[in-house]
Amino acid sequence: MTLQQTDTAAGPRPAARRRLSFRTREKIAGYLFVLPDALGLLVFVGLPMLLALGLGFFEVDGFGGYRFAGLANYRRMWADPLFWQSLGATLLYAAMLVPSLYVSGLGLALLVERTNAWNGVLRAIFFLPQMVSLVVVALIWKMLTVEKIGAISRALSPLGLGGISFLGNPDWAMFAVVFVSVWFLMGFYMLIFLGGLQDIPKEYYEAARIDGAGPLSSFWFITLPLLRPTSFFVLLVSLVTAVAGGAAFDLIYVMTKGGPANSTSLLIFYAYQQAFQYNSFGYAGAIASILVAVLLLVTLVMFLLTRGGRFQYE
Amino acid sequence: MSAVDIDDVVKTYGAMQVIHGVDLSIADGEFVVLVGPSGCGKSTLLRMVAGLEDISGGTISIGGTVVNELAPKERNIAMVFQNYALYPHMTVAQNMAFSLRLNRVGREEIRQKVERAADILGLGALLDRYPAQLSGGQRQRVAMGRAIVRNPEVFLFDEPLSNLDAKLRVQMRAEIGELHQRLRTTTIYVTHDQIEAMTMADRIVVMNAGRVEQVGSPLELYDRPRNLFVAGFIGSPAMNFIPGRIVERQFRSPLGVVAPLPRGINAAEGTEVVCGIRPDQITLGDEGAPAEVSVVEPTGAETLVVLRAGGVPIQAVLRDRRQIRPGEAVSFRLEPEAMHLFDAGTGVRL
Repeated sequence: MTLQQTDTAAGPRPAARRRLSFRTREKIAGYLFVLPDALGLLVFVGLPMLLALGLGFFEVDGFGGYRFAGLANYRRMWADPLFWQSLGATLLYAAMLVPSLYVSGLGLALLVERTNAWNGVLRAIFFLPQMVSLVVVALIWKMLTVEKIGAISRALSPLGLGGISFLGNPDWAMFAVVFVSVWFLMGFYMLIFLGGLQDIPKEYYEAARIDGAGPLSSFWFITLPLLRPTSFFVLLVSLVTAVAGGAAFDLIYVMTKGGPANSTSLLIFYAYQQAFQYNSFGYAGAIASILVAVLLLVTLVMFLLTRGGRFQYE
Repeated sequence: MSAVDIDDVVKTYGAMQVIHGVDLSIADGEFVVLVGPSGCGKSTLLRMVAGLEDISGGTISIGGTVVNELAPKERNIAMVFQNYALYPHMTVAQNMAFSLRLNRVGREEIRQKVERAADILGLGALLDRYPAQLSGGQRQRVAMGRAIVRNPEVFLFDEPLSNLDAKLRVQMRAEIGELHQRLRTTTIYVTHDQIEAMTMADRIVVMNAGRVEQVGSPLELYDRPRNLFVAGFIGSPAMNFIPGRIVERQFRSPLGVVAPLPRGINAAEGTEVVCGIRPDQITLGDEGAPAEVSVVEPTGAETLVVLRAGGVPIQAVLRDRRQIRPGEAVSFRLEPEAMHLFDAGTGVRL
């Protein structure tokens, strides 16, 4: 028994020889952990993106007919006033949504930053819309804003604003959609900002108080600069949400169908219409490709400006 | 520069009282160190002086003005934090200038003050760097620079050297001492390291469980500790405690230690006492109480020997080099005049 053990210990063990180094095994484990998500992204995001890009160079009728069209879809886009109107609506939506989400998310996070029972309840309330299906949210707000009989219209009537058709008036529809988008999304951004705020050590605030900072200057000189990585993330994600996110599409689909007078027809909705209402899959693919290209460009610029969300002091 | 008066100060968190009526007067220009074990309330007391904690009872005055209700910025104090709390998004110069900027000091005056502070601390070449690009010692210096640039009435240091390695700690200790010599600003310095306290302080305040145990100069505390807590806390290696009683004007211990009482001790016959003796006042030889060597730790200049006498560990510091091994049987004696006797019941010095 003893001899056997000595032999095994002294001689080279085949199992040990084949063993990979710790570093390699760590690497493999890392890749294995990422694999399910990476596969999902590849199949459900990467491939459709490539297909859409490819589709943009074909005329596709939706019944199996493909005909190579070169840049015809892109030339059509250039000359299509509805495309330009949708692009304008998308930019307007993003220009209103992104800052609104930043301000409301940060504002709510500051409001409920301190950990206590009351703030715990408030956090849950602010996050609650995220737990509801967006279609249900859109339907509820649609009912609330119906001209004259909706609860909001009735509440505003003493102020003389009861007659406003928030979703039927081109001057108001975009504001209404942005308002509902913010109402739905701000709880999520509140959580992200809460994480960012809680990452700032309280000693900085104490040092600032001793240095002579009041609440406003603490916010301006300490909180905001130290939230830069969080702000970068929020701005990037909210921009993508505004331009190509599910919220933009679902809300428009249920609340306005792009109207009135195409005033809320965001590009993503216009691409959907072209594909599934007018069977212009090739044209829709070209629009989607432009959308992705613009987003990639903006993201790239943001990354370059901030070194990927890192800052000089890190 | 200003005197600081702490008068019957109390701190409570809900029903829990953590500071129990502390009284302390710190003279103008004095360097006072608050020392004590973790949780004794020393940092809380410092933060109350800074205005970062509310004062539940009593008063704190700086330069004769009661500051209980004043915001930190109105107290004209500067504080150096344990982890420095340098603003990571500001350069060294911006960190140092921040308080002046908030107080709307002119740009040229800020530049001059920052440069002067940088000169004092040898930070001139680092002014454009960010804290993350500095070593621990450099960050510590910037934190001090941020404090001195404002020319405050009182400096508050909250365990500022705890994050440094041993060598740098010694160097920074000397630099802080030098800075105090130069500026003579009233300083309150918190540490749990009694060596730091002994080497830096004009006066040491030993705290325990929210109370002041003793206030005095480093050597007063070392030579005449008021009670067992101070005796055990001040001095490294720590003082040995040997239980015993007074019999016929002698200290007699069940461990076999017998020594005449030091001069001036008038304790009743039979009183239960604890004899405190510093490790360097124990002599090993052929006579005295029997013990067994348990551990030998040579450090070069001296050797620390841990003995076991009747199960009680006794530490001795030997200045001479001698061959001694664990397990060896030895005898030890105490220097009678170096003995500190404490009442075994109350722990108070006799």
